[in-house]
Amino acid sequence: MIEKVIVAGFGGQGVMALGKLLAYGGMLDDRQVSWLPSYGPEMRGGTANCDVIVSDTLIGSPVLTDDATAVIVMNLPSMDKFESHLAPNGKLIINKSLIEKKATRDDIEAYYIDANEIAMEIGNAKAANMVMLGAFLELTKIVKPESIIKAFTKVFGEDKAKFIPLNELALQRGAEAVKEQMAVS
Amino acid sequence: MSTIVYKKTKALNDTQFHYCPGCTHGIIHKLIGESLVELGVLGEAIGVASVGCSALCYKYFNCDVQQAAHGRAPAVATGIKRVRPENVVFTLQGDGDLASIGAAEIVHAAHRGEKITTIFVNNAIYGMTGGQMAPTTLIGQKATTAPEGRTEEHSGKPLKIAEMLATIDGAKYVERVSVHNPAAVRKAKKAIKRAFQCQLEGKGFAIVEVLSTCPTNWGMTPVNALGWVESDMIPYYPLGNLRDFEEAK
Amino acid sequence: MAKVLMKGNEAVGAAAIKAGCRYFFGYPITPQNEVPEYMSKELPKVGGVFLQAESEVAAINMVYGAAGAGARVMTSSSSPGISLKQEGISYIAGAELPCVIVNMMRGGPGLGSIQAAQADYFQATRGGGNGDYRHIVYAPASIQETVDIMMEAFDIADIYRIPVMILGDGMIGQMMEAVEFKEYVPRELPEKDWATSGTKEMKSPRVVNSLYLEPELLQEHNVNLEKKHKIIEEKEVRYEATGIEDAEVVCVAYGTTARVAKNAIDDLAKEGIKVGLIRPITLWPFPHEAFDKINPQAKGLLTIEMSMGQMIDDVKIASNGRWPVAFEGKTGGLVPSSVDVVNAVKKMIGGAK
Repeated sequence: MIEKVIVAGFGGQGVMALGKLLAYGGMLDDRQVSWLPSYGPEMRGGTANCDVIVSDTLIGSPVLTDDATAVIVMNLPSMDKFESHLAPNGKLIINKSLIEKKATRDDIEAYYIDANEIAMEIGNAKAANMVMLGAFLELTKIVKPESIIKAFTKVFGEDKAKFIPLNELALQRGAEAVKEQMAVS
Repeated sequence: MSTIVYKKTKALNDTQFHYCPGCTHGIIHKLIGESLVELGVLGEAIGVASVGCSALCYKYFNCDVQQAAHGRAPAVATGIKRVRPENVVFTLQGDGDLASIGAAEIVHAAHRGEKITTIFVNNAIYGMTGGQMAPTTLIGQKATTAPEGRTEEHSGKPLKIAEMLATIDGAKYVERVSVHNPAAVRKAKKAIKRAFQCQLEGKGFAIVEVLSTCPTNWGMTPVNALGWVESDMIPYYPLGNLRDFEEAK
Repeated sequence: MAKVLMKGNEAVGAAAIKAGCRYFFGYPITPQNEVPEYMSKELPKVGGVFLQAESEVAAINMVYGAAGAGARVMTSSSSPGISLKQEGISYIAGAELPCVIVNMMRGGPGLGSIQAAQADYFQATRGGGNGDYRHIVYAPASIQETVDIMMEAFDIADIYRIPVMILGDGMIGQMMEAVEFKEYVPRELPEKDWATSGTKEMKSPRVVNSLYLEPELLQEHNVNLEKKHKIIEEKEVRYEATGIEDAEVVCVAYGTTARVAKNAIDDLAKEGIKVGLIRPITLWPFPHEAFDKINPQAKGLLTIEMSMGQMIDDVKIASNGRWPVAFEGKTGGLVPSSVDVVNAVKKMIGGAK
């Protein structure tokens, strides 16, 4: 089992955090993991992205070019840039709240999640990244949601434990949102 | 029965100095050595030799010494002092080393208030390499790289290191002295000792700029060189204390 | 100890502290800033000292002073900063002081870029400083390996009284992977009876020095250094070699590019093409011995680097004319993909099977 994921959006959308939670959760599930950020001037306010690999076997290159099994895009520039990085039959998970466009490739699976709306419904717009992660986990089953929650305080610190219930809910709602589409497709 | 009225300091060994006849560098060695002994810290002293005529000073001191790259003695001394705050760490640097290539290192050692003592030998020329112009070379003074004499238009005015470092808060003791006559030597000794005292009391960075002769590269007899310190150097590089740690609040 | 997910740069700092490093002198430069940042936070907690120097030049000379005073000390930087440290590295090698230097390489020459590269191979293995000197160069390919090597590096430096360089690339510094910190077990180490600590007026003065004005003495010093280098070449070579005895092509790569090569080798295996890998873990000493185990009938060696081709010189020396040596690489912050490597291998064996 291996998932090679690109997570992309603009600074402040919790893209790096999503990737770290996924990697940390994967590690807690005894899988091999790597998390590689884009770094540089674009870190400050521009687009942000990271490559995450979760695998049962040793990870080769941590860099994803055109072999991603999944791409999670939080905004339109990210979708324009990274849709092409998906391997055939890869999963493109699109934040429908901010991206009106449809997937342009027909050799991939596309899922549309109202991440921002769902996050607002449950009380915090900042949880949109967790909604997207919930959808990804439901699709791939690569990491248990419980492990993501266990990783939460490891990544953000113990003082953020109070946000766990909100984030648990966000994961669930993301999973539910993608289930509806899986049933349709 | 005869009484001993003068004895070479135990801080110096019996190796013969390589310094040229008439060079006052040897006097400066003696003053450093006597200060360490009188303060009772010779056994704690770690010197840092620089590049230039002072490079070989490790051959003469009866204390541990590290030899540093050109200009980097204050950085090396910083490394030593941070590891061994209980030791007494000093640098011996010339004007090419300290005022030119090592300007950044000396400024930042002072700026950090590094608890080290710097003895800065200013003879207004590069001695070891053979008489090239230094930042401290006087206007009109000839050097092998200023054959017609230094001009302000081409090379700027000589750099006044003591005055410059006295503007930095971390420098707690700054004084300029000379060793061109016995009275001056006595004052120089007092200043060097006080610069070590500054370190011992944990006040901060201390530097003594010592005007020194270079008869060989100045093209003068030793006596004339001593006279030139008084007639030409001191008017441009006035002697005196610029910062004393008891005055600092 | 349980595994933790850690960024390479922070793992470097954590491993160093575990190995007893208590002094760090550095200067900010991307992409290694998390090393000094981590040290500034963690060293004071264990009674150590972190100091941000005024420049890389000053930082390496502070390392010289601290090492000469007997401390376990390190610095870290990235390519242009390492260029500035070369003077100090030469002096440290000349004065035979132990220290650890981390280089998280970025693109060059000049200011280059801040993205990962492997373009400092020449500088690291040939010495960017003056004189006949060598220093050990480790090139880890994962965060776990970085941590394991860091913890040994200080001992190796002490044993041989030599600077040890950890040559990562921006990727190794920035990447997060799961890592387990093993307990640090120091080797039997020689006493630092050369360190300046003050004579207490009891012992004879110690001098830390690289100056030998008499030619005969300097030659003798160099001969002694070379003897030490030979021992290191005999005892400290490290590499990983897989499937080279019956390979059609052998890839040679270190650090991040070795991981890319592994992906390509797996893909080629699926097509029935046998490709081996030599991954030097020490770049100096270079693992020449590994090449003697390569299938004599192999069609060639493929060097893969994030540079225009630097290690390829050592690969040619190691090959010694036995196999043709080809190059595949990208530079400037770009990383060769496994597809690039697959295609390069196929080109060497004359198209796909």
